[in-house]
Amino acid sequence: MTVSELFDALEAVVDPEIPVLTIADLGILRDVTENRDGSVVVTITPTYSGCPAMDHLRTEIEQVLLRHGRDRVEVITTFDPPWTTEWMTPEGRDKLTEYGVAPPRLDTAAAIVCPRCSDVSTRLVSEFGSTACKALRVCSSCGEPFDHFKEH
Amino acid sequence: MKALAEYVIRHADDNLILAQRLSEYVAHAPELEEDLAIANIALDHLGVATHLLNYAAALIGDDRTGDDLAFLRNEREFTNLLLVEQPNGDFAHIIVRQFLFDAYQHALWPMLSRSTDSTVAGIAGKAAKEAAYHVRHSRGWLIRLGDGTRESHTRTQTAVDDLWRFVDELFAGDDLDTEMATAGIGAAPAQLRAAWDTTVDSVLSEATLSRGAEESVRLGGRTGFHTEHLGHLLAEMQWMQRAYPGLEW
Repeated sequence: MTVSELFDALEAVVDPEIPVLTIADLGILRDVTENRDGSVVVTITPTYSGCPAMDHLRTEIEQVLLRHGRDRVEVITTFDPPWTTEWMTPEGRDKLTEYGVAPPRLDTAAAIVCPRCSDVSTRLVSEFGSTACKALRVCSSCGEPFDHFKEH
Repeated sequence: MKALAEYVIRHADDNLILAQRLSEYVAHAPELEEDLAIANIALDHLGVATHLLNYAAALIGDDRTGDDLAFLRNEREFTNLLLVEQPNGDFAHIIVRQFLFDAYQHALWPMLSRSTDSTVAGIAGKAAKEAAYHVRHSRGWLIRLGDGTRESHTRTQTAVDDLWRFVDELFAGDDLDTEMATAGIGAAPAQLRAAWDTTVDSVLSEATLSRGAEESVRLGGRTGFHTEHLGHLLAEMQWMQRAYPGLEW
């Protein structure tokens, strides 16, 4: 397998908290390289400082590569440059909306749209939601509560 | 120990000890949303501490891990600020402690995000965004409580008066701070004071609260001389690794 095929294979690794998103959608997967001896180096970057998914993802990455016959894998965590929600792919944003989570905005002056009825009149219930990356909002039109993936 | 490792550890310790204090409070907050907020904020602090301790462990280069630094150091080896180890009082007390520290980190992380050390800069860049969230949260509560009922005002002012003796330590600085600031790696604590004063004074004023008295200033955290509370906190935090060394689950 080439390095780019390995990169594609790692698309199978999903975020345990938001299983519709792969680590590539999230922008967590930064780089995959191969050493001359066949060992693989995967570079990832943490989302939130305290994101508890990172350890889980590290194990998942090793498992996926093992299934593709690579048993010498090093997963490196890089902090520079720091992760931002701007790295989330357009496909990732669409998947989030479909999943019922309002995606992070590219322009924070834009309205946060209800992922269920697409209405723009929504209000904040709590800045801290079920996970570090989400805030809790409610739609003024359909009345449904929903999570908003915060801009970071 | 290398100066950089020592510098990284003091900031890790601030976040680790405050994370532990906040975690003690989980399930005791006055409302469900606030409980989630406290838990999330604790997690942010714990995350920053973990990244910094892992980095420090790599810098030290012996066989200790970041976890070893958290769970196997003694009280005198912790170099956190005294403010963050102060025990949880009522909700007002927790919010005041948090606000005083949030305002400090809100000034600190943007400066460290320009560190010449790329790992410190990366961790600080992420933490800066989180600190902006945290200070917005604690600021909001401080105003609600200070400018609330007579009871909430009294309790909040009492907390400010009680915790004010630990404020000067945030900006005291020592030779290590100077060395790191000169090298472009760290921030001189005294330089953070102006931004902190502006934030704190405007919020205290909006909350109809006043500063505490500038007396009985307490220092010592950065050299490992702590208040009596840290030992008890560590006893609980480190108990399992001390009783069952190397335990994993």
